[in-house]
Amino acid sequence: MSKNKSEYLINRHDNQYEVVIGLEVHAQVTSESKLFSTSATKFGAEPNTQVSLVDAAFPGMLPVINEYCVKQAIKTGIGLKAKINKRSVFDRKNYFYADLPQGYQISQFKDPIVGEGKVILDMPDGQKEVGIERLHLEQDAGKSIHDLDPKNTFVDLNRSGVALMEIVSKPDLRSPDEVNAYIKKLRSIMRYLGTCDGNMQEGSLRADVNVSVRKKGSKEFGTRCEIKNVNSIKFMQMAIEYEANRQVDLIEDGQTIDQETRLFDTKKNETRSMRSKEDAHDYRYFPDPDLLPLEVSDDFIENLKSEIPELPDEKKKRFIEKFKLSPYEANILVSDIETSNYFENVIKKSDVKLATNWIIGELFAALNEKNLEISDSPISAGNLSKLINLIKDGTISGKIAKTVFEQMMKGDKDPKKIVEEKGLKQESDPKALEALIDKVIDDNRDKATEYKSGKVKLFGFFVGQVMKVSGGKANPQLVNEILKKKL
Amino acid sequence: MSDITKQSLSELVENIKSKKISSSEVTKAFVERSEKSKELNAYITEDYANALNKAKKFDEKPNLDLKLPGIPMAVKDLFCTRDLRTTAGSKILNNFVPTYESTVTQNIWNEGAILMGKLNCDEFAMGSSNETSFFGNVQNPIDKNLVPGGSSGGSSCAVAAQLTPITIGTDTGGSIRQPASFTGTVGLKPTYGSCSRYGIVAFASSLDQAGPMAQNVKDCALLQEIISTYDEKDSTSIDFKRNEYSKELTKDIKGKKIGIPKEYRVDGMPKEIEDLWKKGIEYAKDCGAEIIDISLPHTNYALPTYYIVAPAEASSNLARYDGVKYGFRAEGENLIDMYEKTRSEGFGAEVQRRIMIGTYVLSSGYYDAYYLKAQKVRKLIKNDFDDAYKKVDAILTPSTPSSAFKIGEKTNDPVSMYLNDIFTVPVNLAGLPGISIPAGHDAKGYPLGLQIIGKAFDEQNILNIAYAMEEKINFKNNINDWWIK
Repeated sequence: MSKNKSEYLINRHDNQYEVVIGLEVHAQVTSESKLFSTSATKFGAEPNTQVSLVDAAFPGMLPVINEYCVKQAIKTGIGLKAKINKRSVFDRKNYFYADLPQGYQISQFKDPIVGEGKVILDMPDGQKEVGIERLHLEQDAGKSIHDLDPKNTFVDLNRSGVALMEIVSKPDLRSPDEVNAYIKKLRSIMRYLGTCDGNMQEGSLRADVNVSVRKKGSKEFGTRCEIKNVNSIKFMQMAIEYEANRQVDLIEDGQTIDQETRLFDTKKNETRSMRSKEDAHDYRYFPDPDLLPLEVSDDFIENLKSEIPELPDEKKKRFIEKFKLSPYEANILVSDIETSNYFENVIKKSDVKLATNWIIGELFAALNEKNLEISDSPISAGNLSKLINLIKDGTISGKIAKTVFEQMMKGDKDPKKIVEEKGLKQESDPKALEALIDKVIDDNRDKATEYKSGKVKLFGFFVGQVMKVSGGKANPQLVNEILKKKL
Repeated sequence: MSDITKQSLSELVENIKSKKISSSEVTKAFVERSEKSKELNAYITEDYANALNKAKKFDEKPNLDLKLPGIPMAVKDLFCTRDLRTTAGSKILNNFVPTYESTVTQNIWNEGAILMGKLNCDEFAMGSSNETSFFGNVQNPIDKNLVPGGSSGGSSCAVAAQLTPITIGTDTGGSIRQPASFTGTVGLKPTYGSCSRYGIVAFASSLDQAGPMAQNVKDCALLQEIISTYDEKDSTSIDFKRNEYSKELTKDIKGKKIGIPKEYRVDGMPKEIEDLWKKGIEYAKDCGAEIIDISLPHTNYALPTYYIVAPAEASSNLARYDGVKYGFRAEGENLIDMYEKTRSEGFGAEVQRRIMIGTYVLSSGYYDAYYLKAQKVRKLIKNDFDDAYKKVDAILTPSTPSSAFKIGEKTNDPVSMYLNDIFTVPVNLAGLPGISIPAGHDAKGYPLGLQIIGKAFDEQNILNIAYAMEEKINFKNNINDWWIK
């Protein structure tokens, strides 16, 4: 589609268009209770079982801020290297809907809790910085269920009042691949921090995607369209691709783009107009008089800073410097906190290089095949470490190790036991090997003569024969040494 | 004892504590008088049978250490009461029975008081005459066809007519002080943040405040010390040292500096009010106070500011009454249709008017010109008081620009109705405490009140001044029980 490998451009006739993307990510705050009430927030509970009088907006009920959610938002801000605002204000965003019991959403409009920050993306052709405009706290609405009854809509208020962080990026993203990397990085940072589980299936992470296009080289932004509430990275990418092409077609056709809110239809793979700018809601934002401005002290912020764990960027740097990993390897290993913890547990007692290869290679492939997360891996870090040590000390060959690994994937078994039970131990007794080798040479006299007369390529044939005869258990290094002597 | 209902709260408490009378006798007396007084329309919901039962139970095992031992009491129907219908004077909550109790009423029951019923008020406390109530207007016991003031009109009526020994109201722009003034009773609006708003149907969150209404200052002080508690369930509740106001009450106000704001001499103010104010100044001097002329320069802007801020907040606070979850619902073709019909039929004209004003002033494009501007002016009004309190301890003004008016007199003239709040509204905007005490009568024999405004959290001081002046004024209400046949 584009000339430069790393550049995502849309070509039409002689024109090249650049795509400009900004994201508003809604991340559910990891918290036992809601933003302004003590109701539980567990996913998948029976409808309307996690609803307090406050969540259902009964007369005279008042919101009380959940300090834990405030801490989570500030921690996320620190993780995004952002400015923490010591004073922020909760506003009411007024609109009517059946699943919005108060008739307004408590959000932050003019004075968010977190200001400008940044996220670093590792793209194939280098690093890219994406600006964060702001992060603010807000309540989630309930859920309207339209398909249970032909005439009525049912409302589940379990989500009503759950704390969300809205993280708004600058319009710095330029391709579906960058969006993919951005969401993954954001998710990774929040999972490291324990502030959002990033579970997109459960709706813990969703995004509004702002898309515009402009001719390559242009400094002006085009008119943007906002695609609402997309809940998977794949759909975001598909929506962007469709929307960008739609806009380019309009421009090429001499038409203008209307600023509007659109919906992505995942079945038809297209975006559809939801409402135009003229029809946009007037939310009548104003400071919520039930809540005082939120003020946090320097000490409060400093205390939270001291609780911040090592984040992916720093961890990657350490892995490269301390363990001599390649940037590629380090990137993969730090992308998820569970993976990096697993890796660090394996290398506590075993070789780094082998561990890296086995995790990125065999383990990831096997987990992928079974559709498992690393946290559900049948092979514990301790047992993988043992397997690597068996290879390292020559007890088994790399090839045998793969057989053992397959056994281990069927249940977390100590690799030493598997080796013993199946008699897979490597044959490293020189005398036993000599006898084996003597027999092989004896059986292949003609080839031995050819080898001696200069056909050195036949050496591999002899190695293969010895391994075959030993059932793969012969120590290859010793076989090499002895063969050289004997031939 | 035939004169039970004529006793003040303090007398009743003393007589119950000394076992001269029982809670049952007291409760029965107020219930009987309330039943004979239906024409006043003070009650929206009566709970007499329960009250008599509770009184009986109290007498079986009386706890006489409580501050309100077995004292029956009716409260404004803006306070949510567990298992007893709470309407806020509106059709939209006609069938609403809370499963929870407001903090203020809970505090009262914790001290041994017994709920008799819920008192009439303007719909969602929006009104100055109790005429906007879905449950009909309330008669002022002073005279037939006279409004009792509003929005706590049922409360002021019930105290003045001795249907309840004491009560609580709420005050957003004068809704305790103006009806107190119209009925010859005492009403205190405490400092914003003094009494919890938890469980009170909200009108304008940044202005609403519950407060006591009584026949005299001492009773008022006692109830204030009971209802004012810090409450974590209300984020605007303030944790400050609260006095035992009734115990620390003193008539010694010698040397107190009392400010007289020149801006309260408004155009067209009746001479009677002017004279009353002058008399008040003399009383204060007699008590040993020093009178100082002060200026509150932004007073003129208080009313327009209030009528932007209060409707704005109300338009948002009342959005929850949508027919979806509780309360009245009109059936509709679809969700929007149901909303429109529910809210058109469920809300009365004044509430709809204020929702429209509030929605307008918050709209994008108008927000800066109205709401934001009003907030700035509000700050200036507060600054005026801060400056004044560098020179004085309290401020003395009339409570209202006139005495009670006739039922129907101002219903078609909302602006003239709004003007009734001119002296009370600045106090809410600044979040200060203010008390209205009866101070005299106009030519028609209707009561007139004086307002004493204090510094924030200085309820004790204004209660003391009111207590001292009360003695000098020696006000007597002329109520002839005209409604009892």
